[in-house]
Amino acid sequence: MLGEAAVLAGCRFYAGYPITPQNELPEYLSGRLPQVGGTFIQGESEIASINMIIGATAAGARAMTSSSSPGISLKQEGISYLAGMELPAVIANTMRGGPGLGNIAPSAADYFQATRGGGHGDYRTPVLAPSGCQELAEMTFLAFDIADKYRTPVMILGDGMMGQTMEPVVFPDPIDPKDLPRRDYILDGCKGREPRAIYSMILDINLMYQHNLKLLEKYEQITANETRWDTVGTDGAEIVVVAYGTAARIAESAIEELAGRGPKIGLFRPITLWPFPTKQLRSLSENVSKIAVFEFSAGQMLEDVIMSVGDRAEIYFYGVPGGIVPTPAEVAGFLSSVNSGDGKVGRRIEV
Amino acid sequence: MSGEPALKYEKVFGRPESLKDNYTHYCPGCGHSIAHRLVAECIDELGLREKTIGVPPVGCAVLAYNYFNFDMIEAPHGRPLALATGIKRTVPDKFVFTYQGDGDLAAIGTAETIHAANRGERISTVFINNAIYGMTGGQMAPTTLLGQEATTTPGGRDARYHGQPIDISRMLAVCDGVVYIERCSLSGVKQIRSAKRAIKKAFRCQLDDLGFALVELLSPCPTNWKMSPKQAWEWVNKVMVNTYPLGVIKDTTGYED
Amino acid sequence: MITRTIFSGFGGQGVLLMGYVLSHGAMLKGVNVTYFPAYGAEMRGGTANCTVTISDRKIASPVASQPDILVAMNLPSLDKFGPTVVEKGLVFINSSLVNEEPPRDDVEVVKVPTLELANEVGSERAANMVMIGAVCAKSGLLSLKETIEGMKAALKAKEKFFDLNEKGIRRGFDFINQAR
Ligand SMILES: Cc1ncc(C[n+]2csc(CCOP(=O)(O)OP(=O)(O)O)c2C)c(N)n1
Ligand code: SF4
Repeated sequence: MLGEAAVLAGCRFYAGYPITPQNELPEYLSGRLPQVGGTFIQGESEIASINMIIGATAAGARAMTSSSSPGISLKQEGISYLAGMELPAVIANTMRGGPGLGNIAPSAADYFQATRGGGHGDYRTPVLAPSGCQELAEMTFLAFDIADKYRTPVMILGDGMMGQTMEPVVFPDPIDPKDLPRRDYILDGCKGREPRAIYSMILDINLMYQHNLKLLEKYEQITANETRWDTVGTDGAEIVVVAYGTAARIAESAIEELAGRGPKIGLFRPITLWPFPTKQLRSLSENVSKIAVFEFSAGQMLEDVIMSVGDRAEIYFYGVPGGIVPTPAEVAGFLSSVNSGDGKVGRRIEV
Repeated sequence: MSGEPALKYEKVFGRPESLKDNYTHYCPGCGHSIAHRLVAECIDELGLREKTIGVPPVGCAVLAYNYFNFDMIEAPHGRPLALATGIKRTVPDKFVFTYQGDGDLAAIGTAETIHAANRGERISTVFINNAIYGMTGGQMAPTTLLGQEATTTPGGRDARYHGQPIDISRMLAVCDGVVYIERCSLSGVKQIRSAKRAIKKAFRCQLDDLGFALVELLSPCPTNWKMSPKQAWEWVNKVMVNTYPLGVIKDTTGYED
Repeated sequence: MITRTIFSGFGGQGVLLMGYVLSHGAMLKGVNVTYFPAYGAEMRGGTANCTVTISDRKIASPVASQPDILVAMNLPSLDKFGPTVVEKGLVFINSSLVNEEPPRDDVEVVKVPTLELANEVGSERAANMVMIGAVCAKSGLLSLKETIEGMKAALKAKEKFFDLNEKGIRRGFDFINQAR
């Protein structure tokens, strides 16, 4: 799914190292990319793979790598280089349980790693968190577009459920890489122009300072232009659930189950995790009494919610780590507790 | 007798087009500057400058893009061959080479090195073996000789304690994707000429789509060996070659030299 | 109208394929569908299950708190999911393997002797197809033709199984229709 979306979005280079639960992607691309004149390489490691991506994107290809949590940890050095060298690339993380080797169940515990940089240095990675197959297809296109537009690595963050759930999908119109705007910084031999160099080492502290400021400006632009979120039934709601990815879908069903009983409940779903829709959530929280955060983790996005909401509304949290997938009924139980304040499911966060 | 002056000037030596008119930061007597020049000459002579993409390492040669006059991209430490793979597969008609030190190629980047070679990537590698970590100030390299003193081998490298020096070129030779490996040195006029011949041959392997090729260059590091440039040349010729004998290690090219 | 179906059984009973057939049939029919398998590390020999949700509206959660339909191919599946089925829901039991019934009388139980019926059409291997035939016939989720199309789409290149599978699906439909 993601594989076909990537090919249609003009991706012509993929390198990756096998890791469950996302092997379907490289397996698919190993056959598909050669059909469209692209390249598939099973790298000898995640480190090698991300470095192949650096090479391919520097040479002008729309390039992607993918992995799951432990492998994404190994790619962090390369992602930091991509950010420093200002090269576009798409990295897909199908999260699994952790820390360490963890398990292959659909946890969502890499929010911190994805949104806070992960690798070293003063940089940001735009993070897209689709909540279903259709959105994943569209987000794949968007990921490549944002990457190219801002010359930055972009991460697609999904959980194991998204890796395995199947739904019908309508793909956006395919993009022929030949039709993409030519990037004027790639390396393709200096015929007819001055030689180019792409690097991230900047020993002069003043130049490094300037470079950091330039990056910062870019991140501010991304925040202004690319922040995405979705709401369901938040108008006039007393309680608003904040959840992303698959958790948001389960929450939406829980809200449906509770419809007509008790106060009106809405859903706020961040689609970009970085930039987080802070302002949007903040203004929403002015008008609701309670914010209920639900995550497949012990509480990571929660911190962004706290920073957005502050004490404008009461914040409640229900986190299910480890890869257990709660049912809508369990989330409905949490929301009932939020409403009644009985504290039976989830807990109140004191700000 | 005509009035013409008897002396006629002809330019017989100059800067290769592939080298920028910049001072290098290399120490006096360092093998890197010589190796740069040889690479640049070969690229000029083969007419490759405008289609070349060079991948320098993290190490003393990290700033090579300030010296080479063609497209260059810095690689994370140890990863030049993975990165170069991405480039070459994306633009197979370009000429792609990596330029790596021994820590980069034979310690942190061992996996990337072996697998790129084994895949037979159409990439040429210039491998600078100076038996030491130059950039970080003289610590033990995987290639440091037994008995050689580095800042992390007080009393000299001990096989039992520090492990044996690694001969990565011979290891790579067993990979089927590798068509040509030769070890040369940068420690004398004859040796330098031979090194240039080998580099050019390695480049040809890529142009003729034969497979992976590497030239190892025993390269003096007077600074960290704590020697004068002259002593350093002698040490390469008398000591280093005993552990790393010069000559062809693998050649399935069928080229006649 | 939303229908959530859980298929559950031993790995190797073709449980996931049943869900796959239903999903593809529903997709070809043009309704919304999600297919969510759960096997993970338990793949070989362990239990496997999948949830198929079909709806004419947008489907939010692919996970079902309470299935409308349970297809239990073995006893552990019945024990695990039996209590979660909605009131007036449908419980299909593979009676070739399971003699028990769920200890509740607010659901409709349909016993399908999948192995016997599959043997009638040529091979035990069609047992899962018999079951999916019975499920579609009884629930009305897919017509006979739609179920067969779904099977073909789900199996794509494995045409050599089409014939046996089609017979299995027909046998499942017949089984339900005869009982009516
Ligand atoms: C960093 C990281 N990348 C990938 C994986 C996934 N992974 C686990 S075992 C394995 C390979 C196992 O192959 P092998 O070592 O040949 O053992 P086998 O299972 O075949 O006996 C991989 C890729 C991982 N656990 N961690
Ligand atoms: S430290 Fe050694 S290798 Fe580095 S530039 Fe100086 S002499 Fe050359």
